[in-house]
Amino acid sequence: MDLLTIGQIINTTLVFATALIFASLGGIFSEKSGVTNLGLEGFMVFGAFAAGIGAHYAQEAGMGGTTSAWMGVLLAIVLGVLVSLIHAVASITFKADQIISGIVINFLAAGSTLYLVKLLFEGSGDSPLVQGFSKFDVPFLKDIPLLGEAFFKNVYPTTYLAILFVFLTYYIMFKTPFGLRLRSVGEHPSAADTVGVKVLRYRYIGVMISGALAAIGGAAITLTTTGTFSHNTVSGQGYIAIAAMIFGKWNPIGAFGAAVFFGFSQAIRNYVQLFEWSQSIPQEIIFMLPYLLTIIVLVAAVGRSSAPSALGEAYDPGKR
Amino acid sequence: MNNVLKWFTRDSFILPVVAIIMGLILGGVVMLIGGYNPIEAYGALFTKVFGDMYNFGEAVREMTPLIMTGLAFAFASRAGLFNIGGEGQFLVGMTAATFVGVKFAGLPIYLHAPLALIAGALFGGLWAAIAGYLKAARGVNEVISSIMLNWIGLYLANLIVRQFLLLKGENRSVDISESASISLTWLSELMGNSRVHMGTLIALVMAVLFYIYMWKTKQGYEIRAVGYNPNAAEYAGMHVNRNIVKAMFISGMLAGLGGAFQVLGVFHYQTVMSGSPGTGFDGIAVALIGLNHPFGVLLGAVLFGTLTYGSAGMSFAADVPPEIIRIVIGSIIFFIAAQGIVRWILKPFYSKRKKEKVL
Repeated sequence: MDLLTIGQIINTTLVFATALIFASLGGIFSEKSGVTNLGLEGFMVFGAFAAGIGAHYAQEAGMGGTTSAWMGVLLAIVLGVLVSLIHAVASITFKADQIISGIVINFLAAGSTLYLVKLLFEGSGDSPLVQGFSKFDVPFLKDIPLLGEAFFKNVYPTTYLAILFVFLTYYIMFKTPFGLRLRSVGEHPSAADTVGVKVLRYRYIGVMISGALAAIGGAAITLTTTGTFSHNTVSGQGYIAIAAMIFGKWNPIGAFGAAVFFGFSQAIRNYVQLFEWSQSIPQEIIFMLPYLLTIIVLVAAVGRSSAPSALGEAYDPGKR
Repeated sequence: MNNVLKWFTRDSFILPVVAIIMGLILGGVVMLIGGYNPIEAYGALFTKVFGDMYNFGEAVREMTPLIMTGLAFAFASRAGLFNIGGEGQFLVGMTAATFVGVKFAGLPIYLHAPLALIAGALFGGLWAAIAGYLKAARGVNEVISSIMLNWIGLYLANLIVRQFLLLKGENRSVDISESASISLTWLSELMGNSRVHMGTLIALVMAVLFYIYMWKTKQGYEIRAVGYNPNAAEYAGMHVNRNIVKAMFISGMLAGLGGAFQVLGVFHYQTVMSGSPGTGFDGIAVALIGLNHPFGVLLGAVLFGTLTYGSAGMSFAADVPPEIIRIVIGSIIFFIAAQGIVRWILKPFYSKRKKEKVL
């Protein structure tokens, strides 16, 4: 194995991690505000779907590849926010069980996106192939050995955007008054209410940002890896994103690290044939390794979870 | 008579029924928007399931594993645990049953089939107990560990099938021996050669056992107490951690048994899978529709199975995409979960009833 291969593995890792980063950041926004979000998978599916048809119709309208891809992202954000309102209304206003409400989102996503795709494209289960984002090289930086191959060659704009959002989320969450209030309604809603923070409003905002970010994550899959939306475009990545969020202890930087870890596990499959030692090991063992490692790391290092303390509880001002 | 009437006007009866009706109506509206005729579509759906014996038998077969994964989720829920790992437990149980079914050939039928079933239940239970143990001993969130165990279970199942049970040149295991089969030939012939099997009867028994265990035994009481309030249960001298592991184990047993049914009763072999079958996740929906009560789970599985199996007929006869059924099921769960919305819609009826009482 040489430096070139290592560089390529890092590169592929980041491509696979991109969607997970967006979705787990989304999860953080919702859960920091005190609303459990098991619907990340559903939001990703809606995003992947919206990106597929958005980019398709933008292309039909004569827009170029990259412009139409951005239109796809835009539609994904809009749909993600709209659908997140279902979760918000049910779990915040009507005080439904937040876990159940999240599962409902996943059900609705699986059903309605395929229904719409079949409706729009005459019974076909896939959306038409779109061009999506093209890979590009960063001039000069791409010539750095290893680093160039890993971070600056054949990259997608979504990957850079995802990393930017990690720092943005960190900044918003821990350095702005908005972030402080958002966290306060997730930790101690009645105290926040007492000092005049609109608990329900902040929770709505948290869930909506969550829907938007997870949808961008889904869009990133359609617009970079698959180029089309079908029933297995997302296939469980939302659940992995939840794991990444918990694994990263609801911290954007931590979630980023966990997402990269899972991205690596997906990337390594593409390269595993290159290692000589891998020939003697059944591929299934290599496939299950990252999940096994996650459990081991959780047991050994992470221990007790550090979820926001009011997570999962509907806020009832009358009960203060 | 008065008691019966009381039962039918209870909230726990009215709310799900109204939720189901609203879900069906919402699905109808979505069909109308898509340019389909909902009455024709629902008609085709019910004709598919109840039209002939073969399809009815197949629909019952479809419901059976859903009962088991539904019971599994409901059982853990009663202990305050969110067992999202039904999928993995189902697969592990399936694989254990296949292994016994293939490798223990030569046993008499009254030993082989029960042994395969027990193996499925046992390994499904142990798989879930891992998540339970990690929660009890190390405080690892059971949601994340069971999601991880779902994936590990999928690859483990494939690994075992490929390494030990593979049919040469095929991507599946060899057939289980006849003595491990739980297919019911006479019932199958009676029902148009559909693949009905003994598992359905066992599933019904399991629902009854679930009820008795949870509400009529001391152990069940402890599990419920831990589910309601672990601190209070601890204070009352119950072993919270032991109950968590126990509840997960029983939950996983139910899911694993469901997986065993699929191999021993329906397919008689196991394929190398590229993704999980989804039965574990569907079981969550079934349990939610059934309000985590074993008899509710039975009704939930009937509803879920009817809608899912019938949706094929709907798409065939009325050309409606079968995915619409996921929207219907999703909205039913939504309305059940968000009871506030249903109450809000039913408000006029409720206030009327109260007035009558005053009179």
